[in-house]
Amino acid sequence: MKDADRIHGAAHESHIHDSAIKHVTGRAEYTDDITEPAGCLHAYIGTAGIAHGHITALDLDAVRAAPGVVAVLTADDIPGRNDISPNGLDDEPVFTSDLVQFFGQPVFAVVAETRDLARRACQLAKIDYAPLPHACDIDAAEGADYPDVTAPLTLERGQVGPALNSAPHRIQGRLRVGGQDHMYLEGQIALAIPGEDDEIALFASTQHPSEAQHMVAHTLGVPANAVVVNVRRMGGGFGGKETQMNLFCVIAALAAKKLGRAVKLRPDRDQDMEITGKRHDFRIDYDLGFDDQGRILAVDGVFAARCGWSSDLSGPVTDRALFHADNAYFYPAVRLQSRPIKTNTVSNTAFRGFGGPQGVIAAERMIEEIAYALGRDPLEIRRANFYRDGADITPYHQTVEDNILSRLVDELEQSSDYQTRRRAVLDWNARGGPIRKGIALTPVKFGISFTATWFNQAGALVHVYNDGSIHLNHGGTEMGQGLYTKVAQVVAEAFQVDISRIKITKTTTEKVPNTSATAASSGTDLNGMAALDACTRIKARLVEFAAAHWNVPRETVQFLPGRVTMGAQTVSFDELIKAAYMARVQLSSTGFYKTPEIHWDRAAGKGQPFYYFAYGAACSEVSVDTLTGETRVDRADVLHDVGRSLNPALDLGQVEGAFVQGMGWLTSEELVWEGAGRLRTHAPSTYKIPLASDRPRIFNVRLADWSENVKPTIKRSKAVGEPPFMLPISVFEAIGMAVASLADYRICPRLDAPATPERVLMAAERLRAST
Amino acid sequence: MPRRQDIRFLLNDRHVTLSGVGAGDMLLDHLRLDQRLRGTKEGCAEGDCGACTVLVGRVGADGLVYEPVNACIRPLASCDGCHVVTVEHLRGHDGALHPVQQAMVDHHASQCGFCTPGFVMALYALWMNNPHPSETDLERALQGNLCRCTGYAPIMRAGLAMGGYGTTDPLLTERAQVAQTLRSWQDGARVDVAKAGSRAILPANADDLASVLAEYPDARIIAGATDVGLWVTKFLRDLPLAVFIGHLDDLRAIDETDDALHLGALVSYTQAHMPLSTHFPHLARYWDRIAGWQVRAMGTLGGNIANGSPIGDTPPPFIALGARLVLRHGDARRDIALEDYFLDYGKQDLRAGEFVETIILPKAMPNTLHAAYKISKRRDEDISAVAAGFALTVEGGTITSARLAFGGMAATPKRASHAEAALTGQPFTMASLQRAADALPQDFTPLSDMRASSEYRMRAAQNLFTRFWLDANGTPATLEDAT
Repeated sequence: MKDADRIHGAAHESHIHDSAIKHVTGRAEYTDDITEPAGCLHAYIGTAGIAHGHITALDLDAVRAAPGVVAVLTADDIPGRNDISPNGLDDEPVFTSDLVQFFGQPVFAVVAETRDLARRACQLAKIDYAPLPHACDIDAAEGADYPDVTAPLTLERGQVGPALNSAPHRIQGRLRVGGQDHMYLEGQIALAIPGEDDEIALFASTQHPSEAQHMVAHTLGVPANAVVVNVRRMGGGFGGKETQMNLFCVIAALAAKKLGRAVKLRPDRDQDMEITGKRHDFRIDYDLGFDDQGRILAVDGVFAARCGWSSDLSGPVTDRALFHADNAYFYPAVRLQSRPIKTNTVSNTAFRGFGGPQGVIAAERMIEEIAYALGRDPLEIRRANFYRDGADITPYHQTVEDNILSRLVDELEQSSDYQTRRRAVLDWNARGGPIRKGIALTPVKFGISFTATWFNQAGALVHVYNDGSIHLNHGGTEMGQGLYTKVAQVVAEAFQVDISRIKITKTTTEKVPNTSATAASSGTDLNGMAALDACTRIKARLVEFAAAHWNVPRETVQFLPGRVTMGAQTVSFDELIKAAYMARVQLSSTGFYKTPEIHWDRAAGKGQPFYYFAYGAACSEVSVDTLTGETRVDRADVLHDVGRSLNPALDLGQVEGAFVQGMGWLTSEELVWEGAGRLRTHAPSTYKIPLASDRPRIFNVRLADWSENVKPTIKRSKAVGEPPFMLPISVFEAIGMAVASLADYRICPRLDAPATPERVLMAAERLRAST
Repeated sequence: MPRRQDIRFLLNDRHVTLSGVGAGDMLLDHLRLDQRLRGTKEGCAEGDCGACTVLVGRVGADGLVYEPVNACIRPLASCDGCHVVTVEHLRGHDGALHPVQQAMVDHHASQCGFCTPGFVMALYALWMNNPHPSETDLERALQGNLCRCTGYAPIMRAGLAMGGYGTTDPLLTERAQVAQTLRSWQDGARVDVAKAGSRAILPANADDLASVLAEYPDARIIAGATDVGLWVTKFLRDLPLAVFIGHLDDLRAIDETDDALHLGALVSYTQAHMPLSTHFPHLARYWDRIAGWQVRAMGTLGGNIANGSPIGDTPPPFIALGARLVLRHGDARRDIALEDYFLDYGKQDLRAGEFVETIILPKAMPNTLHAAYKISKRRDEDISAVAAGFALTVEGGTITSARLAFGGMAATPKRASHAEAALTGQPFTMASLQRAADALPQDFTPLSDMRASSEYRMRAAQNLFTRFWLDANGTPATLEDAT
């Protein structure tokens, strides 16, 4: 087909992000850029200054008297329920009036004429406390007998005890993996505009408009139909705006309804980081049995997570850690237990990978243990343990049916020249010197679907106006991942019109109700299918109309680029639409999709929680300065599976971005709480995400263009948001190898994450001392 | 001397005159709230993320020069006489994208897009002088810009390609006119503006500064505002009276004598880079690790020293070089060794009404080995866990003089006198250096904080003696050297 006869922005085309030109010109409108209604007020949150204890006196007189202050809100000002627990456990008050459970917990909010005045007024609160002992990390919480925030999970298959006892080799170890702040460049923000009666509209930076709608409704004590939540785009989300924005939406809404004026709430970066949850840090204890060939015989693992003061999403996050504690490997006998422990810190939450990365890194640590114990290349150990025919049952009893890892890993091993480079690394290290090198090739297998089965549904709304222009709406939100673009490509493809004919519109609870969070990498899978369903319905009506109107059999009606043919007849798409309108054909449709096949019995620990798996592999080489512990990624080669990509450029961007974000998690990003429970790393000056100069010196990222989803997903593509986040575990392991060279690779270096210069140097000193 | 009660600047293509300006008013708020130019974003309000990057042009000795700055911590008052250029100005009148913008679009270099205007402006600042940058040039230019989505790869590709998109550029077209306007505003006046109990004075020149400080000894001096800006944006501190000095060209001179470099207190990190790397090659790499471009353009050597921080980047290497400070009060001047300026945490040898006028760096002595080291959690744009300057004079195999200065190891930047003593008079060998490293705990008891533990700081600092030995013997001993 010649180019002239192709539409622009078809499925599988590397079309630019729909907002790319607006991004570079500064015209893309984020919530804080929306022109505020006249008289808009600004709220700011006053927080607790201890980690645990009771409020004995709350004196807000000086706050009320401060310049510009219009109102002060406390728990008493909430007409509905004082709770924003996303799972209904009723453990997350908007404001606390008595028990403080973490340093930074919201106690009140000030509403003032300007944001600056509101911020200043907040500082004038006088709060007295009766402190209680606090426990901010896993060890302290365990020592103080803190409860779990939600029910733990056990996955079990086979007889792990006997299998461990009879294994030729057995290793017990512990891995600590740090948390991670989302550090979305656009912080949390909500703008609430009161309407008549019980109505209220919000504009917010949220991945989950429906949840914000429900939280606002029940805190205001109004039905959900009174609340509209809108979001055109976010300046990054990564999971940090899945539940964490509820607080800001609710406070802005409470203030707006109370005062009858628009209210905007935007915390500064420090407060954003002090109040909102982060990636869970984990303490993983493993007991591993294996044979002389390095084949795993049994795994017994306990995954304790710092969950913070409330349950939030800690249940499904810790569940997903267990679901990924096998990564790509068959465990003949296995028991995996989660320990979602309560702590006096922010309530940890969703973050790209959602517990999966903490599971995968544990699996890879066990591979390292075996490799060091047997003196083998870890890649050999990996291959020996890959899921394969006859060894394809996961710890949750789902069969792995679509495994392409052998091919991926073989190809990457070749294209990255792994074997030659590994020998070069060994030679370099053999020469001694303070700079050591390491190389590692690690795989990823990531399960796609919400493990809460009911979230796997989506809706869309498509209008075709009588000039042939198309209005597209669906329940997914745009946070930079390109969802809006990819779904528009699906619609362009369906109608065979240029993507420029499609108006992409903001996500709003008014158009598509009861949506799921844009999360779990599911955005395109779910919303793409829902939009396609809407298009299919409209097209069916158009076909029926055309067949009757032009008196041809239905099957002769074909949508071709910019036109429709009916046998020998051809009309432009616009002409068809105009004619259909005149004939009173409905040119609008909703669409709906629910993921088939999946089911999950949590109590039994059995089911098919995932529709399919996404795969990838990365080979990373690093240099480590063993005098200071500083590291550099010299090269990373990635081969990643996105099925048949809907947009290779955008998918490549997701893979590259996830890789560097994951590198940050495992190297420079460190969360530090001081003894009193206050977060000390609460801004980019102290919390260090990767810079351009931290990206791999050589960075070869490819999509496995031969891959096609075996399941009938949207255009046979696969989810891409989360799976590549785990690829830089190869960086972490390569750093470990460089350190291990100091003791001739005889000792597994057992680095904890993040591998900051300090952790790396201390590990290097430990290994040097052992020789 | 003329006085003026307003500030005036060019904002894109418009003249702006403001009389009610407080010392703590920041350019970003003015852009977003007053001018409603919302392309410039607030990501952190502390000069670390670069989402608020704009260009500020000034007419100085080198003509009209544009530099990227963080609008979040750039005081509005300090924009007097400048051309402020925001992302909105980049697009041509015909609506065409600027070459930098087109390169970003073509390379899929934005995802969420929130950091993008800041990246566009930083790349634009680079493009103006270096449209075909190397990867290293790009990395250096982008040290002050954070992106959480892309992993930077497509932004780098856009940067490498941006030189191939033509030369259409609004500032190129307007350059002569802008320079003429800014020159016409140079009235030699002392500017004095205020709002709501916060007053900002911009002295006419260094002599006027001396008089202003003599009259108002409690005034807060603000040069680049890269530290004081955060007092306002983060700690909401009031600034009843601030004296802005960033515009004083007579404190920006770099003079070379037979035996020293004299650096005006307002020499920025950017401006210092070339002369310092020429005279002290060991500082070139160290210098590239100070902050990001925006902060290097705004921040000054005098400010870095005067604020007395124990973790400032310049004092350790400067103390090792034997730097001296000229302090001025009215017309009186005194000259002290840099290490003597730092008395204790938050306490400096600076009298009321006195200011840092000049930093004097003696030229390197023959037979002296120099090194400057910085260790931080992230390589670039991070505050050091440990910084160190080494200067060892070795004559006939014997160390005749040792100057070792450390930052991050004590309440002030400080010399390691025990370690120095362990070296002086000893043969220049690894054994001697090891003895000096072993003596370091007598000099320092470092703190533990979120950047590093006490143990790490000490161990890493001790290991720097090994690094120094390897460097001196030409053994590749750094990540940059190892290929």
